[in-house]
Amino acid sequence: MAQAFDAAAQQQELVARAEEALTLAKKLGADQAEVGASVDQGLSVSVRQGEVETVELSRDQGIAVTLYVGSRKGSASSSDASSASIKAAVEKALSIARYTGEDPAAGLAEASLMATHLPDLDVHHPWALDTERATELALACERAGSEVAGIHQSEGASLSSGEGVRVYANSHGFVGTQKGSSHSLSCMLIAQDEHGMQRDYDYTSARDPRALRDPQSVGREAARRTLRRLGAKRPPTGTFPVLFDPSLASGLVGHLMGALAGGALYREASFLCDKLGEPLFPEWFSLEERPLEVGAMASSPFDGEGVQTRHNRFIEDGRIASYMLSSYSARRLGMTTTGNAGGARNIRLEAPQESLEALLSRMGRGVLVTELMGQGVNSVTGDYSRGAAGFWVENGQIQYPVEEFTIAGNLMTMFKGLQALGDDIDTRGSIYTGSWLVDAMTVAGD
Amino acid sequence: MTAHTSDLDFAASILLTPGGLDLQSLDTGLDVALGAGIDYADLYFQRTWQEGWVLEDGRVKEASYNIDGGVGVRSLAGEKTGFAYSNQINESALLDTGRTAAGIVRSGQKRAGQPVAITHAEHFYAGIDPLAGLSAEEKVAMLMEADRVARAADPSVSQVSASLSGTYEVVLVRASDGTLAADIRPLVRFNVSVIAAKNGRRERGGAGGGGRYSMATLKEQGAPAIYAKEAVRQALVNLEAIDAPAGQMPVVLGAGWPGILLHEAVGHGLEGDFNRKGSSAFSGRMGERVAAKGVTVVDDATIMDGRGSLSVDDEGTPGQNTPLIEDGILTGYMQDKLNARLMGMAPTGNARRESFAHLPMPRMTNTVMLAGQDDPEEIIKSVNRGIYAVSFGGGQVDITSGKFVFSASEAYMIEDGKVTAPVKGATLIGNGPEAMGRVSMIGHDMAMDTGVGVCGKEGQGVPVGVGQPTLKLDELTVGGTQS
Repeated sequence: MAQAFDAAAQQQELVARAEEALTLAKKLGADQAEVGASVDQGLSVSVRQGEVETVELSRDQGIAVTLYVGSRKGSASSSDASSASIKAAVEKALSIARYTGEDPAAGLAEASLMATHLPDLDVHHPWALDTERATELALACERAGSEVAGIHQSEGASLSSGEGVRVYANSHGFVGTQKGSSHSLSCMLIAQDEHGMQRDYDYTSARDPRALRDPQSVGREAARRTLRRLGAKRPPTGTFPVLFDPSLASGLVGHLMGALAGGALYREASFLCDKLGEPLFPEWFSLEERPLEVGAMASSPFDGEGVQTRHNRFIEDGRIASYMLSSYSARRLGMTTTGNAGGARNIRLEAPQESLEALLSRMGRGVLVTELMGQGVNSVTGDYSRGAAGFWVENGQIQYPVEEFTIAGNLMTMFKGLQALGDDIDTRGSIYTGSWLVDAMTVAGD
Repeated sequence: MTAHTSDLDFAASILLTPGGLDLQSLDTGLDVALGAGIDYADLYFQRTWQEGWVLEDGRVKEASYNIDGGVGVRSLAGEKTGFAYSNQINESALLDTGRTAAGIVRSGQKRAGQPVAITHAEHFYAGIDPLAGLSAEEKVAMLMEADRVARAADPSVSQVSASLSGTYEVVLVRASDGTLAADIRPLVRFNVSVIAAKNGRRERGGAGGGGRYSMATLKEQGAPAIYAKEAVRQALVNLEAIDAPAGQMPVVLGAGWPGILLHEAVGHGLEGDFNRKGSSAFSGRMGERVAAKGVTVVDDATIMDGRGSLSVDDEGTPGQNTPLIEDGILTGYMQDKLNARLMGMAPTGNARRESFAHLPMPRMTNTVMLAGQDDPEEIIKSVNRGIYAVSFGGGQVDITSGKFVFSASEAYMIEDGKVTAPVKGATLIGNGPEAMGRVSMIGHDMAMDTGVGVCGKEGQGVPVGVGQPTLKLDELTVGGTQS
């Protein structure tokens, strides 16, 4: 029973609101202004042990105004986009701007960089889903997982579907709009043996509901992932090769992108400060961003400040070819923006790939890591130490599950020591990568 | 102090009056949410004003202000929950969201709501607007002072960032069990982060604190200088840090913020929802020994002005001091109304939600291990080779297997009973019930953290506090690089 969501009308309304805020900001004395506004609506149904557990209808909206008086900046936001709230937000942002300091790097991105090529990237696929249908799909997913022998109980399955509209406009006259959707189905299960309980999960997510995996396969995969953890031991302490599964390898790419981000660089809070042009990975490894890929998770023709996005190559033949910059961080570093206000969009790797079997065989003896816990990554130094769970590997064969150990090293040595990439590419997020085999890390276990 | 109808009247004037509602008119909305087959319904009204000021490069670079608010309506039927919310607070939004929430079941008995009983709760913080305590000039001056103090503290300091943030929150809860409660919650925080560079190495140091009081209190405490000095001290320690060891060894945790161990290793596993569902490593262990003798852990929402404190929770239940583990024996869970009812227990004032747009669930407030008898110096002396960890970056737990991790941001080697070289941030990993069984010494120096914790659960963040005395665990896995 989802409420009707007229994306086109919502978009028109948001554009009108944004323009109202910009006009008002100018009238009240701002030299430059920018507005971001969004409306999202969704339905989420979760089931547990064959029964509906929660039905949640969400509808979120917000408008955020940033304005500049000379080189002083003020921001205000509200969850209510009425004229009165917009006026209050603009006035508040202006009053705040009186107290912030002069910042020569502050301001909008240059007008000449505003996106003019605004193709439809096919990321809006609403799903006319009612509570009954959502419940059926979640139940089917859970049932398929719970039926697998050895599964002790279900933590539930849940189906979420949502769509939304976002608008970014600024006083250069740029108005960018985007409609988007995302849908996901997940299942978490528990298995038990004499040593205790283990849980794991699986999920599928996509912008187009037709691209979701079928519910039964998600349930069965959740069961497989849960059961394989039973009987886990602790691995030996020592230095071993580590194979990161694809979802964790994408986390390593995330750490890389965080360290390449302008905000971390000008704050000297990145282990990649002053490393532009230097080798970081083996020569066979390149990494790029494809913001205009049709239908992908993070596709957009303009970035968070209206700048035309572009095909950036961040790692070229193992070397750092580009940092990842917004106009502000670019000015701070004496460079030009790479169209990355708001982050990277659709990261793709260019490197030879091998099957998981080949990677295991190449590893010989070591640990296949399938779960990481904790926040032990120091972005200033690259030092890395995290809790892990996975499988012990001998002679290229998985021997038994392992848990309650840590893996430690430094991201720079880990990147340098990358041995090979898997062809088991995870396409659920905006970073596509297969498994990563890293030559040596310290494993602390028994 | 006892609760006053004036809190309710004030909350009503902020939350209800602008949309043409009053306390009496909520009955209509509640009646819709308490549709056929629904056995409990509640309306949660909230408005928040947030302000944040950020200093970088010696200037206040950003300042932001956010206003949020709305109503969340929840209908429960057995284990089922229907939920909808709106950022409009008026009669039509109330009826729409109520109908949607009650749609979770379509048939059954139509119950009548209980007569209104105003919640009388003690106040564990003053119901004030914390943002109004200082002028904009004073807020800017605090940030500039932090910058000045940090840069003056050591020549190796190359970057200083500082932030001052505050939230003023007004909530009102009306439930079909008769609950009518209001709470006015201030929350402020001051943080300093520095980068220090020396001999080709660069390290970060950070410190901060706050609580449920006015920004003016932060100023009176001298927060800018205290946290600036502490951040620089930590960065300088880390500049000298050597690689941490890897493997199992004794670990001594300092007093205060290391209580994050309790939060991860014990706290989450004792939240009612996981135990009702049987998915916690502590499920079904009530009355059993789950920690060493001498270990007593409480969840205490009643600490005056504490970051995690609650006068009333987000279901209108008064905040309480709830024993969880007493002398090593599991004696209590943290409960909200749903899980308490399904488990035949009483709610403990632990129902919390990030906002009106999120469902409440059992959450921690301030989780504390009470003081023991041991002298902290004797605890260090008792260790031949191990780690002394005094500050942490954060932690995580898998409540089902009981495995937890937490990452040290300041730690030292202990060699022959003495604290020696600082070691690089190592991750500690263990199993909650096992680790609690290995607590062998408990200091008499119980301390609360300074007030910076945020706990995440199912995507919802809420402010929490932790506290503990100096503590020795006989064996824990330390995840360094020196094997």
